[in-house]
Amino acid sequence: MGEPGTFLYEAWIARYALLKGMAVTAEMSFIVIVIGTFIGLIGGLCLQYAVAPLRWLVRAYVDIMRGIPVLVLILFTFYGLSLFNISIPAFGAGVVALAAFCGAHMSEVVRGAISSIPYAQTEAAKALGLGFWKRFRFVILPQATRRMLPPAINTAVEIVKSTTLLSVIGVVELLLATQQTIARNYLVIQFYLAACVLYLIINFTISQLGALVERRFAYIKY
Amino acid sequence: MLDYNFNFSVIWRNADEFLTGLGLGLGMALISLLIGSVIGLLCAYGRTSRFAPLRALIWLYVEFVRNTPLLLLIFFVYFGLPEFGIFVFDKVESFILTLALYAGAYMTEIFRAGLNSIPKQYVEAAMAIGLTPIKRQTKVVLPVMFRITLPSLSNTLISLFKDTSLAAAIAVPELTFIARQVNTNTFRVIEAWLTASVLYLAAAYTIAIALRRLERRYAAIR
Amino acid sequence: MSTPLLRAVNIHKRFDTVEVLKGIDLTVEQGQVVSLIGASGSGKTTLLRCVNLLEEYQVGEIYLEQEQIGYRSQGGRRKRLREGLVSSQRARIGMVFQSYNLFPHMNAERNVMLGLTEVQGKPVAEARDIAQHWLDRVGLADRKDHYPYQLSGGQQQRVAIARAVAMEPKLMLFDEVTSALDPELVAEVLGVMQALAESGMTMLVVSHEMLFVREISSQVVYMDGGRIAAQGPPRELFGQPPERLQQFLGHFRGVLER
Repeated sequence: MGEPGTFLYEAWIARYALLKGMAVTAEMSFIVIVIGTFIGLIGGLCLQYAVAPLRWLVRAYVDIMRGIPVLVLILFTFYGLSLFNISIPAFGAGVVALAAFCGAHMSEVVRGAISSIPYAQTEAAKALGLGFWKRFRFVILPQATRRMLPPAINTAVEIVKSTTLLSVIGVVELLLATQQTIARNYLVIQFYLAACVLYLIINFTISQLGALVERRFAYIKY
Repeated sequence: MLDYNFNFSVIWRNADEFLTGLGLGLGMALISLLIGSVIGLLCAYGRTSRFAPLRALIWLYVEFVRNTPLLLLIFFVYFGLPEFGIFVFDKVESFILTLALYAGAYMTEIFRAGLNSIPKQYVEAAMAIGLTPIKRQTKVVLPVMFRITLPSLSNTLISLFKDTSLAAAIAVPELTFIARQVNTNTFRVIEAWLTASVLYLAAAYTIAIALRRLERRYAAIR
Repeated sequence: MSTPLLRAVNIHKRFDTVEVLKGIDLTVEQGQVVSLIGASGSGKTTLLRCVNLLEEYQVGEIYLEQEQIGYRSQGGRRKRLREGLVSSQRARIGMVFQSYNLFPHMNAERNVMLGLTEVQGKPVAEARDIAQHWLDRVGLADRKDHYPYQLSGGQQQRVAIARAVAMEPKLMLFDEVTSALDPELVAEVLGVMQALAESGMTMLVVSHEMLFVREISSQVVYMDGGRIAAQGPPRELFGQPPERLQQFLGHFRGVLER
């Protein structure tokens, strides 16, 4: 494995730390994207169909979350929660902040997809006598899913990238693990590049998974 | 119920720093947008080149940057360039350089889509009246593309502005950095982050509204 | 005379400040084919959409088999029925649209089956048999696995008709169903409608196909400016049309004299 001080040697030494960091990044991303998608489905439905006061409330949530930098959301959540003696580890604060952020973006994605389905589809479903939920489940959602996939995948990639911000509050995800490694061996360029490659792998996996799902919906044509 | 006594006097005492931090963020976003536009435009034209290695290089740049976390790029440039013996940049310049490169990748895609969406007839009409290839671009293609891409450019500017919060990670005294400083120095947690959030939101909305006006003035030719 | 299948009483409908229906009274007897004709903007389509509760109207009542649909009166005030009731009333009325509106993510068979399984609660096997039957009736038995984009406009419209009639509605509404079709595809759709009329289906039809209207209608209703300007059996109405109708029919002279 080469001499101490060479990249391969140091990478071998740091392999567990880096893989652990990558696992934390993947785990955090997964949890946040799942919760965020769930919030997004409900939020998007509210934005599109809810009665006025509720719709405004959700609109305010979405616009506020999208108007504030994620880092501010994270720091606000982290310091704010500790202030109220809610003992929540940095990981938990990160999940809360990123899920709220992800949920707002997904809400907008879902709303956009639903509103892009021609109203004639709703009318045809109404004419058959389908009620609201069945119209949504059988007619609107399958078509909207296809349209929301590309922007949802983009959002997912953004979330993976955003998890790096948790390094600021001390979550040892991939970026912080990389920096800790660099602090030991001073191989700045090599290890930052290595981290880039690992992020590329995660994001490429998401894109490919997304493309796979998209192909399953490819039969919907207009 | 948790009780928390608000005390905004800390904020008033640090008002200057908050506003300077906000101004710094806006300035860095704007400069990055300008440099990024130049990069994006050059790369968008580069993608249409017949020279395959150039196209591949630009593709690599775009995909690399879009799939790598911004914070990682910031550290990479800030700590990595000195490794190459480049010491010419201070924190702010280093951050602007990173954000511009980051913006450039996104804007390459925006401009490429813009160039692709220009109706062929415009170019043919320009040819028909005998404009030179350069004039065809500067007098016909670019103005039309500018109008088509204006909404995306507005969104990019707002994103970049929010991204300037990451400069706090390398201790650039912009808004997030100031808020964190006030937070740790005075323990006025809610006040500090609320102020930062409101300032970010207000600035983002002001930009959004101003740019929407601009968009309406230059409403895309249909 | 038996009680009418559909009875609309004094329907007034406004879009903001524009009154598009100004007091419509209309009766459709069981087994009748009633055609609505008139210039665009005369309110025919709006009336049809009111019958299927796709539009709300401000004044008037519509009765399907004696039952008021869409609204109920409570202490002298009319109230829109809640969504569930409206849906079950719509299920008794079939509607075919100008732009077909097939569900693009379902093949022809599943388009027809959706209402059967999800509204009527039929088992899938039975719904499939019914779908098969109706796709056969509209001449598309061999296209049941095709998605809408794989079908021509005429074929899509025939699937849409099968989707509606498979629900065994009391009344079928046809809203300019041939207007979006290429001329050579019109006949196949009109043929299906004619067969349906001959089988005794009660139909309310908005159409610009005057020849077809004259052939299949038991009653023709001429609408003008949100009112019914003339109505009667086609022979009567087309034989001695009142002045405004004469003008309107003038646009179709070439067709009608053929």
